Amino acid sequence: MLIERPQDLPEALEGIGGSPHAVLLAGGTDLMVEVNLAHRRPEAVIALRRVDDLQTWEDGFIGAGVTYARMETGPLPALAELARTVGSPQIRAVGTIGGNLGTASPAGDTLPFLAAIDAEVVLGSRDGQRRLPWHEFLVGPKQTALTPGEVILGVQLPDHIPARQAFAKIGTRQAMVIATVNCCVLRDDDGTTRVAMGAVAPTVMRPREAERLASSEPRPSQAALDEFQRLVSAEVAPISDHRATEQYRRHAAGVLARRTLERCLTP
Amino acid sequence: MSDTLTGRRSVRGGVGTSVPRPDATPKVTGDFEFLGDMHADGMLWGATRRAWVPHARIVQVDADAALAMPGVHAVLTQDDVPGHRYQGQAVTDQPVLAEGEIRYWGEPVAIVAADDPETARLAADAIVVDLEELDPLTDLEAALERGEIFRHVPVRRGNPDLHGEVVVEGTYITSTEDPAPLGTEAGLAIPDGTGGVDLWGPTQWVHIDLKQLAACLALAPDQVRVQPCRLGGAFGSREDLSLQTHIGMLALRVDRPVKMVYDRTESFVGHVKRHGSLMHYRHEADRDGRLVRVDARILLDGGPYQLTSNAVIANSTYFAVGPYRCDNVTVDGYALRTNNPPSGAMRGFGSNQPCFAAESQMDRLADALGLDPVELRLRNALRPGDQLATTGQVIEEPLPTDEVIRSVASIPLPDDGSDDDPRHLPGGTGLTTPRDRVVRGVGFAVGIKNLEFSEGFDDNAEARVVLTGDGAVVHTAAIEVGQGLVTVLEQIARSTLGVSQVRVAFDHTGQIGSAGSTSASRQTQMAGNAVLEAATAVRELALARVGGDDLDDDGVWRGDTLVASLAELTAEGPIEQHVDYHHRPTDEPDEAGQGNLHVDFCVAAHRAVVDVDPDLGLVRVVEIAIGQDVGRAMNPQQLLGQIEGGIAQGLGHAVMEEVVLDRGVIRNASFTDYLLPTCLDAPHVEAILIEQPSSWGPFGAKGMAELPTMSATPAVVAAIRAATGRPLTRVPVRPEDIVAPDDTGGRAR
Repeated sequence: MLIERPQDLPEALEGIGGSPHAVLLAGGTDLMVEVNLAHRRPEAVIALRRVDDLQTWEDGFIGAGVTYARMETGPLPALAELARTVGSPQIRAVGTIGGNLGTASPAGDTLPFLAAIDAEVVLGSRDGQRRLPWHEFLVGPKQTALTPGEVILGVQLPDHIPARQAFAKIGTRQAMVIATVNCCVLRDDDGTTRVAMGAVAPTVMRPREAERLASSEPRPSQAALDEFQRLVSAEVAPISDHRATEQYRRHAAGVLARRTLERCLTP
Repeated sequence: MSDTLTGRRSVRGGVGTSVPRPDATPKVTGDFEFLGDMHADGMLWGATRRAWVPHARIVQVDADAALAMPGVHAVLTQDDVPGHRYQGQAVTDQPVLAEGEIRYWGEPVAIVAADDPETARLAADAIVVDLEELDPLTDLEAALERGEIFRHVPVRRGNPDLHGEVVVEGTYITSTEDPAPLGTEAGLAIPDGTGGVDLWGPTQWVHIDLKQLAACLALAPDQVRVQPCRLGGAFGSREDLSLQTHIGMLALRVDRPVKMVYDRTESFVGHVKRHGSLMHYRHEADRDGRLVRVDARILLDGGPYQLTSNAVIANSTYFAVGPYRCDNVTVDGYALRTNNPPSGAMRGFGSNQPCFAAESQMDRLADALGLDPVELRLRNALRPGDQLATTGQVIEEPLPTDEVIRSVASIPLPDDGSDDDPRHLPGGTGLTTPRDRVVRGVGFAVGIKNLEFSEGFDDNAEARVVLTGDGAVVHTAAIEVGQGLVTVLEQIARSTLGVSQVRVAFDHTGQIGSAGSTSASRQTQMAGNAVLEAATAVRELALARVGGDDLDDDGVWRGDTLVASLAELTAEGPIEQHVDYHHRPTDEPDEAGQGNLHVDFCVAAHRAVVDVDPDLGLVRVVEIAIGQDVGRAMNPQQLLGQIEGGIAQGLGHAVMEEVVLDRGVIRNASFTDYLLPTCLDAPHVEAILIEQPSSWGPFGAKGMAELPTMSATPAVVAAIRAATGRPLTRVPVRPEDIVAPDDTGGRAR
């Protein structure tokens, strides 16, 4: 196994371009599990932790190498809340937002926030950069639009960040658990509401009907919230697996989205 | 000889003190060498080729490609087993490596020795296993119908025509549970150069391993030295052999040391599980709530090989009613053969499954009678002089059923919980649940279990105590699995001898005879009594040697005069005594399951307080209180450790721990998806210890470490029922069981 340790971004891009099938290593919290369980035997690994440019977090750009530990204490409330739900302190110290995007698990915990805020994923290669909206980057369960020779540089958030944000996640343990359902709700003062649901479809998804309803209600009534909950449950497309049944996920998605919206409505 | 008058010293670290474990510091600092840390010069690494199907016919195994790889020294299959080709504690029906057929998911087919772990793993993968898949038998009713029965234990007691006015019936399921020791299976075998082998592997009883290993390796018992191991947990999972025969075969074949370490997925298929169960119960009582009759049928899922299932089903059957009086009882317990993972021992050993069912029934009965669940239990509580409901055995030893129930009920309930720290709410850090959506529930349950081995088994433990000028050494082949035996044996020897300087030497099978298994809550009493008797004899020999009347750290005293220091006392040689302790014999059951089958019993009662989010089906256990029968608190801190750990394990099976099986395939063979409670899930514990000294345990002690797990599970479920009104007849309780109890959603079991 060949391991490259580039010291800066140009070196990293050159290395990735030179070995387009090398596996990219950030925190290793997903990759090393697969390696240790012998599910994956990479021929070449490019380790990105020393690349300072990937650690950048300024204005609306969050570098791919930003860890959950930094998100936990960062300025964005929903991002801080979701970061706290990921693994143990040791995992949060090394796991990164870029790694969460690269793994592209339907249950990835940063993804509902990125989807709700309509983030763009910034990709780089030695030939230049490109940006993809989140839904063009996340193309399926554990599938992304990343091409050989490319690396995730980070995510670009829009200029306008809604002030009211909340994240919630269901798992059958008080902490350190993979999401059965996760959810992010963002709401503007004018009522515009954005909702993203994870682990209830092949990729993170936006229940658009529910969003429209919530956005049209400056002060949603109980009846409106009931309808919002019903719409979310109707719009998600979960499966049954060893973690939960389809029926439970559908039900819980509605309850969770409603409660998360309610948190955004509380003064 | 010294004639200085110094006065008597009292022993330090004796019985009743919370003396710390001698290995506590190295375990915390990382200096402790666990099995998986062992190393031998020139060692090779072993790996196992497994078949990842639950049932298949083996058409062919082709090792050519693996053998051709550089660095590979041997590839062995069932044809290469030197001796008896099957293993098992009682009945040897488990092939050392798969023979003709694959009978469970992950069954080992071939083993490899290579220069390094990576090469060994690649070589194992390169072995071509040609299989023809067969339909797996995974349903318990189907297994019973087809007569796939390891053992049927019947109980017929009392008058079959007597009935009660109030009847409650129920069907209960406990899913398969994993013991989930943090240390995966690991082992090292070192050939001794004369055809024999020294072998370190995960074990709870080196001498039962020796019996099987000598037979399979075709060696004389003195050619195999099964060494005491330094385990990262057991909980029953090390009672049956895992990789020992495999590394022994490889080491003897290549004549070099061979080490093997399972990864987590392999560990899930490499050790036994707690039997999944399907139980049907009918309780009948009079209007006052006194049990008139109990009928039960209990099916346990044994997996494909017998292992300890024959003894586990005996416990399930004999403790089917719980710690209650009832004179008319019919139970049919069956341990069944399936293609699910092999089941065996796990903390509670067959008593846990009926404890869940019977305690759930008692709550149903209380409900039907309009009685308080605690009151109903007290009206039926089994007391000394009563007969065990199933076997008819008269309880002759102290059994504080009444006291454990009353004590746990007397503990004040925790406050209602007003803080909004998400870690204290259902859903935890996921921020799912506001405080105003929380419903609280309280539930009770009581458990009973036998101590030591039963049904006529001649149960023994050997120990040797050796006194020299440096103090005493206790020799035993009993296995310390982390439970604290090392400390308890030191304490017993100190308090018996009067000498503080005591250490325990864990011997291999060539150095001392069997101490029996570290299981069945037995070593404090069994190894403990052997040490007590040996130390008592050593003290008497010491006094006799120099004509003294007392012994302490200074030496032997006569009146106020020190007549010999320890060095002077043992100048002519150490003073030692070897003891082979047997508990009083028990009966084999008659055809109705009647007789004095057990030597002693232990009881505990739990009260669980839970907060439930009924809309999402999420549960947080706030507090578990326990009243625990202990005989005598030998080491209060370790005892509390067993109680807190046992409660966490019982809680785990109530709300999260399940081996998810899909037609024999484990869907969650990792700690990502086999969820264990974290410290945020572990509740506050309030414990009351009931000290009614055992007539025969050392210093009055009883084995107790299985009880904290047993009734924790039904107590938590009872509390969730109280909060939600759901029937909850299956553990673990899943969120969908609370949200939509009638909808199993197409999930297996």
